[in-house]
Amino acid sequence: MKSGKFWAWVVFIVGAAYFFIPLMATVEFSLRMRRGVHSFDAYQIVLGDARFQSTFLYSVIAAVFTIILGVLIVVPAAYWIRLRLPQLRPIVEFITLLPLVIPAIVIVFGYIRMYGSNSPLPFLGSNMGANALLVIGYATLALPYMYRAVDTGLRTIDVRTLTEAAQILGAGWGTIIGRVILPNVLIAVLSGAFLTFAIVIGEFTMASLLNRPAFGPYLQNIGANRAYEPAALAIIAFAITWGCMSLIQILSRFAPKSANRPN
Amino acid sequence: MAEPFLSIQHVRKSYGSNTVVQDFSLDVEPGEFVSFLGPSGCGKTTVLRMVAGFEEPSAGKIVVAGKDITRLKPNQRNVGMVFQAYALFPNLTVAQNIAFGLKVAGMPKADADKRVAEMLDMIRLPQMADRYPYQLSGGQQQRIALARAIAPKPKLLLLDEPLSALDAKVRVSLREEIRSIQKKLGITTIFVTHDQEEALSISDRIAVMYGGKAEQVATPFEIYNRPATKFVANFVGTLNVLEGKVTDAASGKVQVNTQEVELKGKLNGSKSGDMLSLALRPEAISLGRQPGRDSSLTGEISEVHFLGSVIRVRVGIGGNTVSLDTFNNSATPPPAVGEKAEISFSSSDMLVLH
Repeated sequence: MKSGKFWAWVVFIVGAAYFFIPLMATVEFSLRMRRGVHSFDAYQIVLGDARFQSTFLYSVIAAVFTIILGVLIVVPAAYWIRLRLPQLRPIVEFITLLPLVIPAIVIVFGYIRMYGSNSPLPFLGSNMGANALLVIGYATLALPYMYRAVDTGLRTIDVRTLTEAAQILGAGWGTIIGRVILPNVLIAVLSGAFLTFAIVIGEFTMASLLNRPAFGPYLQNIGANRAYEPAALAIIAFAITWGCMSLIQILSRFAPKSANRPN
Repeated sequence: MAEPFLSIQHVRKSYGSNTVVQDFSLDVEPGEFVSFLGPSGCGKTTVLRMVAGFEEPSAGKIVVAGKDITRLKPNQRNVGMVFQAYALFPNLTVAQNIAFGLKVAGMPKADADKRVAEMLDMIRLPQMADRYPYQLSGGQQQRIALARAIAPKPKLLLLDEPLSALDAKVRVSLREEIRSIQKKLGITTIFVTHDQEEALSISDRIAVMYGGKAEQVATPFEIYNRPATKFVANFVGTLNVLEGKVTDAASGKVQVNTQEVELKGKLNGSKSGDMLSLALRPEAISLGRQPGRDSSLTGEISEVHFLGSVIRVRVGIGGNTVSLDTFNNSATPPPAVGEKAEISFSSSDMLVLH
């Protein structure tokens, strides 16, 4: 028993070291900009850079629209599949997994061919169109995470009985989704939303090939031309992602508890 | 006879080639409490769900208060329903759950609050208004579900096995509470259950269902004492079935094993030589000759189980076994296995099963 505990600690320490040592090295390196002393100069330069602010803002806005689009597509679809078309679940799960196996570069080249300025749907003929296409592409990339999060949330409630209980009390579909289903899967939707946010903030391929002023291409550009700033940016991006994950944890504490499965 | 409040007329439900409800008809009077009783898969819940609007009948129609509701959506029917799994909305408090239907109907908040308070008083849980469903016991959740179903003053109340998820003690107290609330409000109610004791104890009438059909619709007393079919007789209560042969149809004589019993006026349509299934409830049989019992059979005691206040005895009569209970008497020891025994009964208590 004691030997088991010892090895468990060894595995834990090795795993933690594997994760934290590169992180600490990056933090340490990002503080070395000023010769001989540790300073936040690299962070000051990065955070003060107008391009950092504009690209970060652009990506945040793109993330918000991606989340809205994802919720509008995934919540009703996952709900309807659970309620009326359970036989379609394996097919839909397979479709939602496709973005994980089809590289983003393939998707974006498809977009460029399909929606170029000479096509019947010339999304790429205008800035707004290209932005919309980027959001649609991001929603596709985030689909595996959003669908699974929402589907897991729906699994924790008795969708069919709650729907019928609301129907018999006079509720229509809008009321059922808005007042019964969505509030009960809100935490799952937020989990999907934060995962989407984390994906969108760092995404490079789509934004770069569609020539959008997003945070991903900015990160790549800085990384190729500077020494200390990329390390500072990596830590900032890491903090944003971890901030999102922490928010999921905090919000999950406010989840409504199921009547049938009290926690 | 008054106009039925709910009329289910020749309703059928099929899923592909599988017919789960076949030609089901039932008229329910205003304020009546009718139970659908039957084993799993007999179609009782399907009929209830068709009345609620969750399933559409393949044929037939459903009329409530003179209005054909067969094709109406569930949210257009003004029907209340209580589900087996409670189905309270986990994100809403007790008061918000009860107010849900009132809010959907557009009732002003002050009136809705008043109605919620009335409902909470009715189910004797006024202190629970701000609790969430997960903070309540199963029995409390089901009472809230009942209050939520009744709050919008529905024309009809449907109860889909509301007690089956509860423990035995709560089940008994809640069923009495449901019946008392139903009587007080005079609301027409359909109650689905597979528990015969539940159905017998609270219903005005029971529809015993089997294979998608109503085998018998009658009062609990009639269902128990005068079952119309072999299935009803076997499903409701305990029954001793004896195989007999008609020896003289005119005088009602039937031979059980090598002994004869006389069943005057009960052998309608039977001819001499016909084989019959005869049934006796355990409480209609006494061990030994008893005054007022006009028939008897002799057999051998095959089993004796001492259960405290009651002694359960099984008597073998040829190929038949009869089970009966006698009260414990401290002055008399229980009979022994292998003893010869005479059982007596009134021929009027013997049922001929068709």
